[in-house]
Amino acid sequence: MKPFTYERPESAADAVRAVATKPGAKFIAGGTNLLDLMKLEVETPTHLVDVNRLPLGEVADTSDGGLRIGALVRNSDLAAHPRVRRDYGVLSRALLAGASGQLRNKATTAGNLLQRTRCYYFYDVTKPCNKRDPGSGCSAIGGFNRIHAILGGSDDCIATHPSDMAVAMRALDARVETIRPDGSAETVPLAEFYRLPGSTPSEENALRPGQMIVAVTLPPPPAGVQIYRKVRDRASYAFALVSVAAIVQTVGGRMRSARLAFGGVAPQPWRVPAAEAVLDGAPAGTPAFGAAADAALQGGRGCGHNDFKLPLLKRTLTAVLATATRTT
Amino acid sequence: MIDMDRPMGRTPLDRPGGLVGQGLDRIDGKLKVTGRAPYAYEYRFDRPAYGFLVLSTIARGRIQDIDTASVEQAAGVILILTHRNMPKQAPNSPRTAPQLVDDRIAFRGQPIALVVADSFENARAASYLVKVRYVAEMGAHDLAAAQGSAIIPPPRNGSSPDTSKGDVDAALAAAPVKIEATYRTPAQTHAMMEPHATIAVWNGERLVLCNANQNVSRGAATVAATLQIPRENVRVISRYVGGGFGAKLAVQADAILAAVAARMIRRPIKLALTRPQVFPATTHRSDTIQRLRLAADRDGTLLAVAHESWSDNAPGENSYEGAAQATRNIYATPNLLTAHRLVHLDLPVSAAMRAPGEAVGLLALECAMDELAVALEIDPIELRIRNEPRVDPQRGTPFSTRMLVPCMRKGAELFGWSRRSTRTGQVRDGEWLVGMGMAAAIRGNPMLPAAAKVALGPDGMLVVSSSMTDIGTGSYTILAQIAADLLGLPIHRVAMRLGDSDLPPTPGSGGSFGANSAGSAVYDACMNLRGKLIAKAGFDAGTRFIAGRLESGGRSATIEEVVGSATISADGAADPGQSRKTFTQESFGAHFAEVGVNEVTGEIRLRRMLGVFAAGRILNGKTARSQAIGGMVFGVGAALMEAIVTDVRDGSFVNDNLAEYHVAVHADIPAIDAVFLPELDPHSSAMKSKGIGELGICGAGASVANAVYNATGIRIRDYPLTLDKILDAWSRETMPEQRSEVGSVGRT
Amino acid sequence: MTSDDRPLFPLTRRQALEAGAALAILGRAGPAMARDVPVAGTAPPESGAPAMTVRLTVNGVAEDLTLDTRTTLLDALREHIGLTGSKKGCDHGQCGACTVLLNGRRINSCLTLAVMHDGDSITTIEGLAKGDALHPMQAAFIHRDGFQCGYCTPGQICSAVGMLAEQAAGWPSLVTENLTTRPGLTDVEIRERMSGNICRCSAYPNIVAAIRDASRETL
Repeated sequence: MKPFTYERPESAADAVRAVATKPGAKFIAGGTNLLDLMKLEVETPTHLVDVNRLPLGEVADTSDGGLRIGALVRNSDLAAHPRVRRDYGVLSRALLAGASGQLRNKATTAGNLLQRTRCYYFYDVTKPCNKRDPGSGCSAIGGFNRIHAILGGSDDCIATHPSDMAVAMRALDARVETIRPDGSAETVPLAEFYRLPGSTPSEENALRPGQMIVAVTLPPPPAGVQIYRKVRDRASYAFALVSVAAIVQTVGGRMRSARLAFGGVAPQPWRVPAAEAVLDGAPAGTPAFGAAADAALQGGRGCGHNDFKLPLLKRTLTAVLATATRTT
Repeated sequence: MIDMDRPMGRTPLDRPGGLVGQGLDRIDGKLKVTGRAPYAYEYRFDRPAYGFLVLSTIARGRIQDIDTASVEQAAGVILILTHRNMPKQAPNSPRTAPQLVDDRIAFRGQPIALVVADSFENARAASYLVKVRYVAEMGAHDLAAAQGSAIIPPPRNGSSPDTSKGDVDAALAAAPVKIEATYRTPAQTHAMMEPHATIAVWNGERLVLCNANQNVSRGAATVAATLQIPRENVRVISRYVGGGFGAKLAVQADAILAAVAARMIRRPIKLALTRPQVFPATTHRSDTIQRLRLAADRDGTLLAVAHESWSDNAPGENSYEGAAQATRNIYATPNLLTAHRLVHLDLPVSAAMRAPGEAVGLLALECAMDELAVALEIDPIELRIRNEPRVDPQRGTPFSTRMLVPCMRKGAELFGWSRRSTRTGQVRDGEWLVGMGMAAAIRGNPMLPAAAKVALGPDGMLVVSSSMTDIGTGSYTILAQIAADLLGLPIHRVAMRLGDSDLPPTPGSGGSFGANSAGSAVYDACMNLRGKLIAKAGFDAGTRFIAGRLESGGRSATIEEVVGSATISADGAADPGQSRKTFTQESFGAHFAEVGVNEVTGEIRLRRMLGVFAAGRILNGKTARSQAIGGMVFGVGAALMEAIVTDVRDGSFVNDNLAEYHVAVHADIPAIDAVFLPELDPHSSAMKSKGIGELGICGAGASVANAVYNATGIRIRDYPLTLDKILDAWSRETMPEQRSEVGSVGRT
Repeated sequence: MTSDDRPLFPLTRRQALEAGAALAILGRAGPAMARDVPVAGTAPPESGAPAMTVRLTVNGVAEDLTLDTRTTLLDALREHIGLTGSKKGCDHGQCGACTVLLNGRRINSCLTLAVMHDGDSITTIEGLAKGDALHPMQAAFIHRDGFQCGYCTPGQICSAVGMLAEQAAGWPSLVTENLTTRPGLTDVEIRERMSGNICRCSAYPNIVAAIRDASRETL
């Protein structure tokens, strides 16, 4: 861990100004990912701006019946929040599927969205990695890539985004509220928040230097059954090989609406409108579920060790849809 | 001196109602649950400096240049140690552990420098500033690819890598039923919770090392020999060890480098390995490729067993994974072949990990036996019973005791084995396909020379001293129970002094020899002390030690009265003698597992598990059960999730952390229990007990794999059994209920 | 008498006096830790990185420290305050051995910086017992043999104490069937909630039994 100076500003305006004006500055909130990476010198900030005491820790109803989640709301508080449990079960489940009780007590909403990939080669500073060291190459392509992306990757990077929470939020059409260094506000739909790796895998999201997430807003709760299913190598405390967030409304045996998001398979929480369109109005059943899965996997390809994620995603999605339509 | 040339006769421990055998709470428990038990890195010294290792980033070649200029300028740096300024050490041998010897790199992750600074943070940061230029050479990192270059390794502890009896090939050719299958097990890491750590302090010419170490006597000797200083000038302290499982049997780079650097800077040095450093810079269990060939008559009588195993080690390291060793002892067969081959690869050093040999050997053999049972349509327990040997199948020696069949029968009864469906894929619970499996457990029961001292003070307190360690095994508690029982004292009147190389030497904790060895030495010391007390009191040889008193006929005296005003002490020693030559000594057991395999995702989860074991006298029922369960969970991990992944392009360990090297967590372990059958083995040790630290893992994983087969009809021969392998099998079928084979197999 | 936390070297009379003085200044209650020299105090590194002052309240005792900004809460406890009960098993939040209670909540002390906790209250394993009287969770771990090597144990116990508070507050877990009702404390719930604490000796069944026992006493 390289030496760094540290400050704890009193206001969000001071915080963004500090990060924008000091080269090498970074925000720190929960710290559960940033410090992990700093110890390995994957991240080497020279100045840390501690935002933990900014007043961004509230969960509040919005006027339209949605929910506004402060950037600093801890994952455990959000998972246990009565409205989240009642109206956004997919989010509560996704949060509880992630990490451990200790980590969830520290990790924040904003930090969870911004967590970095778990790619082994990203973590090893002695290895080439285009995400960590642009232009150095990708060690995962041609290396051990069992946990890597089958969708949305590029010839330069096949890392996945590790969040569970973000997958649920993607299905819920969340929006990310930010403030810029000049104090102005910008809201970015989560759908547009993450960048595909393409030839610039180090650029992961829409935030500009100094721009800070202040909240995530959820629209009013969608109708239908909400399910989050995570598939992993051990029963708990492991990252997803594949996860599925689904919100499906079924009326009279036909699916009226379906929202699907996938984790563990792509550089960002993955959503495929075409797969949802297949389900819209279709009778609940294996033909429609399979067609949706095929649509979701359009363009998917394995790199060898992760080939199994293609059938795994299809099987998991099919089972989730069967459960979702059976419950109603 | 206790030696096991002859069986133990009746001893005071045979008296009913004694402390030995009772499931007492651990006597070190209070220190551990309050955080006051000091582990190696937790002693406080004035102004310690902090070390941080630098590891090589190539797997083979040499260091052309180490640029340390920027490191020396870095904040707080006191010393950087490389091969260029490393003081003279003894050459590498089985008795030494020299570090930073020269510019050669033998594996990726080899320690190449030590940075010492005034704080942990400064040392860690400075370590990243070391710039190394290498001349890299092509390396070999893949066991399967290099299998053809295997050598026959030298004998180990007098045991040949190969054995052969009868004519296996002829028997296989003629047999009506045979199984031939190749199993693979991956490299594994011990993953004990406490990484290797040392504090080195010089007091004049005397070195004190607080070192996480399973065997402090050998550790001190190794350090002294390596640094070429007198043995009596080295003291290794290891009072509490945060797990070992073999990882801390030998001193590692931390001990040697901390000692050297502390002498150079005349300051105590604290040096702990980080978790990612532990993976390559210390030792791990080798991966193996195991070829099994079994031949049987239609009634299940084994006609031939051949078990050939390949493992790998770093250049110059000739230790091999003895995967086929247990195959020599477990089942009767007229034709028996075992063979071990070693491939030298440019990979980190392979060495012992919990139950070296059996742990991975039984993952193959006990599944192959299951395959044979399927082929024969015989119950797997019945198949094993039909091949129960009267004497050791290889050596011809009698077994000291052998309770495999009672363990299997008792386990079958307790587990409800009769409810198992003999057809695969028949039992469902929602999305879960449910299956049961079993496997036999066998583990050698060694003993090594050991010494101990006991001293009884005027206050009536008995102090027991030995270099024995307690790595979680319960040594503190069981040795106190033995001593208290023999002197007729309550347990709170025994004070244990362990984990210090200045105390009477022992082989420490490892190889399941700890209790047999150190326990027999303590037993001998206590018996000698009894003799002195009896003589001093003028009582006769039939004197009994009960409730703090000596009693003989009508005479009685308290211990304190006999001791008087001066401490009375006695030494003890124990030796395995001839018993392990005249008898084959093994502990036995049987594992029963029930798993669920998710028919959607292929996820495998343990549902319940039982181990039934026979291991001589159980010294403490509570700690013994814990050890057995711990071993079983190790086996579950080996079966379902544990694997070090090597990037075969560069010889690096890819998943060098506890997030991606999966060991079982709470949620993976449901109802699980271990039961011991009553047994005494008079040929084993003074206590008539056998080692149990490793028995629990032996066969445990195979019972899980056999349960997966029973649940699904899929036989995976490539460990661990992860969901991708299940899905792969299913993807070749139209229906999940149908059979599939993963891995190479030939069956007739 | 079976404990073995004696000093490695007998203290000189002067050292013993200093040790006593240091403890008195720090005002720490309870039995002294095994120390071979007096606590060196809380001096910052002799050179190097930016240092800052921070006040932590640890087990009810105010600790004023001057620390490298890079010092984790775990290293502050272990290396600067001398409370080595919290363990470093991985230093990356992957094992749980460093678990402490931060303002009553369980966290991984290895993944947070000490300077981020100015004014915070921390309970470590050393702060759970009341004098010689063990916390019910500690006693239950001994009785049920919820450990072997003991290295994960402080983290398991602190985590279990924090976990019971979370469960009592009605927090759900992944295995809670109905998110909108109050979760019970089944063995399955305990296992899921404790999965952030790895025990390589695998005392898991005994730990679950200990937590079950202790929950009856503390609730």
